[in-house]
Amino acid sequence: MAKRAAPEVNAGSMADIAFLLLIFFLVTTTIETDAGINRKLPPMEDENVQPPVIKKKNIFTVLLNGKDELLVEDERMELKDLRQAAIDFLDNGGDGSCDYCKGAKDSESSDNPDKAIISLKNERETTYKTYIAVQNELVAAYNVLRDRRATDLYGITFAEMEANYDDVNWPGNKTKLKEQIEKIKLEYPQKLSEVQ
Amino acid sequence: MAKFNKKKSGDMPAISTASLPDIVFMLLFFFMVATVMRQNTLMVENNLPFADQVEKLDKKDLVMYIYAGKPSENYAKQYGSSAKIQLNDKFADVSEIAAFIAAERASKREELVPFLTTALKVDSDANMGLVSDIKKELRKVNALKINYTTKKGSVVEQ
Repeated sequence: MAKRAAPEVNAGSMADIAFLLLIFFLVTTTIETDAGINRKLPPMEDENVQPPVIKKKNIFTVLLNGKDELLVEDERMELKDLRQAAIDFLDNGGDGSCDYCKGAKDSESSDNPDKAIISLKNERETTYKTYIAVQNELVAAYNVLRDRRATDLYGITFAEMEANYDDVNWPGNKTKLKEQIEKIKLEYPQKLSEVQ
Repeated sequence: MAKFNKKKSGDMPAISTASLPDIVFMLLFFFMVATVMRQNTLMVENNLPFADQVEKLDKKDLVMYIYAGKPSENYAKQYGSSAKIQLNDKFADVSEIAAFIAAERASKREELVPFLTTALKVDSDANMGLVSDIKKELRKVNALKINYTTKKGSVVEQ
C-alpha cells in the first residue's frame, strides 16, 4: 500500500463561520458608556446643630410641583429661562466684593457667588424627567460661569481644563492645572441645596 | 522570444480570497473584546431621561447600580404597575438598599470603598417620591457619591 497524503481540509467555509460569529457579536454589542450628572448627597445632619442663618436674598428658590410646573423666586417660569435666571442670580455680585462678576449688581439679589445658594425643592409627584432637566439647567448655569471665568483667566474653557487634567497624555503641568481648577471652583462654588 | 510573449496571454487571475477569513476574524476579535455583556437583566422599564451637562462614569468596577421604574411587561401582572426598585436581579424594597450597599462594599478592596459611586438608573416617568426614598437610604448608609445616569441630549425641547 502506498502512503497517501491526507487530503487537505477545505477551508473555504471558514469565512462564512467567522462571518456568522461576527454578526452575532455585532448585534449583541451595546457599547455602553454610562454618563450622567454627578451629585454629592449631604450627610445625615445632627439634630442639635442649628442651621446657619442665611439672608433671603442669597437664596434662589426653585420649586417643582407635582404637575411638573416650575416656580422660581415666587414666579412661574419656563424651563428654558431657568438657566439664564440662575446665571443672573449667581453672577450678581451685589456687595461688590466679587471683582470678576459681570452681573447687574442688584442689591436685592445675591451678595457674591460664594454666598449664593440655589435651593431646589420638589414634591413626591414630580416626575424624574423634569427633576433631571432642572438639575441639568442649574448645573449648566455653574458650568457657563466657570467656563467664562476660565476663558478670561487662562484662555481655555473649564471643561477643557478638566478634560486635560484627566488626560494621561496631556503634556502640560498637572499640579499647576489642578491649582487653576481649584481656584475657579472656589470662585464659583457649586452650592446647590435640596430640601428634603 | 516566446518567453516574453507568455505574459500577454489574456485572463485576469482571480483575486485570492484566502485572506478573507483573517480579515473577518480580526473584526470578530475586535467586537468580542469590545462587547460588554450586561450584568443585570433588567426587570424594570428603563427609559433614561436626557441631560447635556453630563460627566462620564469611568472605572466601571467602582459603580453600584440601582435601577428603578415600572416593572416591565413580563412582570407587570405579578408586581403591578407602580414604580419599583431593582437591585441585582430582583425587585427590592427601599429598606433593602442598606444591605445591598453593605454587600457591595464588602466585595471591594477596603481602600477603594471611599471611591464607590452609586449610579441611579431611574426611568424618566418615575416620580421623585421613590428617588427621594432611595436618596434617604443612601444618606443613612453614608453612600454620598451618586450619579443620575442619563442619556446625552438636550433637555429643553422635550
